Amino acid sequence: MVSVDAQAETEMPTVTVDGTEIEVPDGATVLQACELAGKEIPRFCYHERLSIAGNCRMCLVEVKPGPPKPQASCALPATQGQEIRTDSEMVKKAREGVMEFLLINHPLDCPICDQGGECDLQDQSVAYGRGGSRYHENKRAVTEKYMGPLIKTIMTRCIHCTRCVRFSEEVAGVDEIGALYRGEDMQITTYLEHAAKHELSANVIDLCPVGALTSRPYAYEARPWELKKTLGIDVSDAMGSNIRIDARGREVLRVLPRNNDDVNEEWLSDKARWQVDGLARRRLDRVWIRRDGKLQPASWDEAFGMIAAAARGASVAAVAGDLLDCETMFAARRLMTALGSDLLESRQTGMSYPVGNLAGVNFNTTFAGIETADAVLVVGSHLRWEAPLLNVRLRKAAKRGAKIFIVGPYWDTTYAAEFLGDDASILHDLPDHVAAAMQSAARPAIVVGAGGLVAGAHGPALALAHAWNVVRDVDGVRWNGFNVLHMAAARMGALMLGFARPRGIADLAQAAPAVLLSLGADEVDYTRFTGALKVYVGHHGDKGAAAADIILPGSAYTEKAGTYVSTEGRVQFADKAAFAPGDAREDWTILRALADALGVSVGFDSFEQLRSAMIAEIPGLGVDGLVDFGPLPAAESAERAGGTIVYPVKDFYLTNPIARASATMQRCSAELLHGENLAEAAE
Amino acid sequence: MAERAPHPDTPELRARWGSFAWTNVNAEKVREIIGRYPEGRQRSAVMPLLDLAQRQVGQETSTQGWLPLPVMEYVAAQLDMPIIRVLEVATFYMMYNIAPVGRFHVQVCGTTPCMLRGSDDIMDACYARGMKKGHTTADGLWTLSEVECMGNCASAPMVQINDANYEDLTPARLDAVLDALARGEQPKEGTQDPARHTVEPVGALSNLNAMADGNHDYRGEWATAPA
Repeated sequence: MVSVDAQAETEMPTVTVDGTEIEVPDGATVLQACELAGKEIPRFCYHERLSIAGNCRMCLVEVKPGPPKPQASCALPATQGQEIRTDSEMVKKAREGVMEFLLINHPLDCPICDQGGECDLQDQSVAYGRGGSRYHENKRAVTEKYMGPLIKTIMTRCIHCTRCVRFSEEVAGVDEIGALYRGEDMQITTYLEHAAKHELSANVIDLCPVGALTSRPYAYEARPWELKKTLGIDVSDAMGSNIRIDARGREVLRVLPRNNDDVNEEWLSDKARWQVDGLARRRLDRVWIRRDGKLQPASWDEAFGMIAAAARGASVAAVAGDLLDCETMFAARRLMTALGSDLLESRQTGMSYPVGNLAGVNFNTTFAGIETADAVLVVGSHLRWEAPLLNVRLRKAAKRGAKIFIVGPYWDTTYAAEFLGDDASILHDLPDHVAAAMQSAARPAIVVGAGGLVAGAHGPALALAHAWNVVRDVDGVRWNGFNVLHMAAARMGALMLGFARPRGIADLAQAAPAVLLSLGADEVDYTRFTGALKVYVGHHGDKGAAAADIILPGSAYTEKAGTYVSTEGRVQFADKAAFAPGDAREDWTILRALADALGVSVGFDSFEQLRSAMIAEIPGLGVDGLVDFGPLPAAESAERAGGTIVYPVKDFYLTNPIARASATMQRCSAELLHGENLAEAAE
Repeated sequence: MAERAPHPDTPELRARWGSFAWTNVNAEKVREIIGRYPEGRQRSAVMPLLDLAQRQVGQETSTQGWLPLPVMEYVAAQLDMPIIRVLEVATFYMMYNIAPVGRFHVQVCGTTPCMLRGSDDIMDACYARGMKKGHTTADGLWTLSEVECMGNCASAPMVQINDANYEDLTPARLDAVLDALARGEQPKEGTQDPARHTVEPVGALSNLNAMADGNHDYRGEWATAPA
């Protein structure tokens, strides 16, 4: 009997929650046990993805055996035979007491608080509070703390849950928020009130259970119940972060992360969150035609007529931009095919890595998988700027003991990493300890970033992947340790749709097309296409529009439904959150109308037809989830990496046309990266 | 308490303390202190190091010592820890002065036992000498603070002045101590009651009398346990 009991204790403890017996996983807390039993436990400081603090006391429950008093369930391990009550008089009284203490020093300013309507304290005081105050003394007041251009603070509302402190220390890896003083005088602040300077800083706004940390750009904009919430996919990097787009009318007011453990967990980079105010500025909302060197307003018919005249019997080419959905690219491809052209490219800056087998340019380990890697070689990627949420995953791996080596110029990692040098040629002559660490690792991973691709590191990295045998079975599960990290949200989709030429965009330049269709391509060197009629289909007046001869106003990612493929080959669908401004149309309708003007047929008349035609051609795009690209291709041994690695991102906050148009992103760039003091000017 | 805040970060502060470094003697102590903790756990040394830094600043300024921000940054850099974590420690504990103090830091205990034994009079005696809570006198000699329990309740009321406790105070006894300090003397620490050696009972025993001459089992004399 004893041995059976002992076994039960080490495996699945059985506990009784409000009279219902359930088995809980070993190591679960009483709070988790209650949740498994379907009981709601109020809490402020406890958060699934942060360490346990146990300082708000809201999660009190009655537990037997144990002291005859309520216990904080978040910090109490569930053990065999516990009797837990969440519905007793003691628990009710305890919750009311905690709530009363919390509200003693919390201001009654809900009517002017931006958290109102989505505030944990508000909701829980309604559900678990006494409904009245017995406190007549003076309340505590705390001075505002400056935390940068994204985080607005009203620290009198702070209830000291320390979620923000734990987030910046544990997840972001940038210790900058702390709790100073003690007791009643405790204050949350950054050192000397410097701005929070990392790419994930705004996540503390979501974490804050009260209105102490709210969003500065969104201050006093809207109440949550006024907003239409649309499920979308972020395009500010290639992670495919799951987002919720909150819009009122046609204006997108904010973007929040959605929970997806495989992709972004529940975090979001500051750029993905706040570039959306750029959607209302510098928009292309009518047709423009360049006449006498100047762009002048025109009509759709004029523009289509000019394009048809130029394209008749001549060569056409298309370049896909970084923010595109698959449907737009597929429509463009159909149009190009109908015109007899295969001049399609998406790698705007001239990269030409081989794409015969997309497994060779995919993030095969997956974001969730890389957490478990025990040795990682990063080749030419400034992860914090190119994929901030991937950096969070690597930090987790590093905390579990993974060795991380980086080839490329130094950047401030948030974990222990060894920089091997700036020159990509080191891949052919790795230091012994690096090779030994990678060879002896159970789950080795290689990450090739854009800087590495430019320096010709793709082939050599692939050769190393084969040499180190990074594709293997670990504990019966397939482990593929070879990864390419793209930066463009559209890249994997574009490659699947064949927007790649063997020699990259140089092939297009060499073909000297009469018409160059630029689908939101803002990073192309248009001086290579001087002879072409450059038609820009896009949404922002940025570099591409400046070089264009004809501008056809399109839709941004919030203004059209679409399919996106993230850099890990994950197909995800986004819905339309708002309408594009002015004359702007959804991109596929522009291409469909253009087909009519050019006298060709593309074979679809509606978005549904377009999507089913796309899925018929590329079935992978129709299935939500990871695409299986098959085994890794062999390395082309001739390719040699060389030259100093240069990271393509020069300014994290201004990497795409939407972000460049965003006042918030401009301010972040000026203040956080270039050290300008704009704090006063913005008030 | 609420007025406690780090001394402002000004160019003057940086100029004065930006080049802070351990004296040779202290550098040796720092090595010893950090050596007490396992490899990779050197952050644990933050409290003794802050104390040492405060004392060194005290030596350099002829005061009890305090912690200018650049000095905290120096300690943070030495222990390879984020400055905000150091500031958290320094602001949490009242024993770290985060703003300049005078030659003598008079910390009057005002917690219940001392209050019942007359700490208000002790505080008044300090006020009478021109001290003001949270401030340093113009001559730079005295800084007055009210603190919570110092654990000397058996000889209340008490004050702590720098590293020494003075107990069993009356306003007159406090004046004598402060006068002696002002003259540069080192008054006797501990109880200031001439009839007392340490915290033994003053005068005759008032309870547990049967224990005076030997062990005595009181248990049989207890009333029955309360219901």
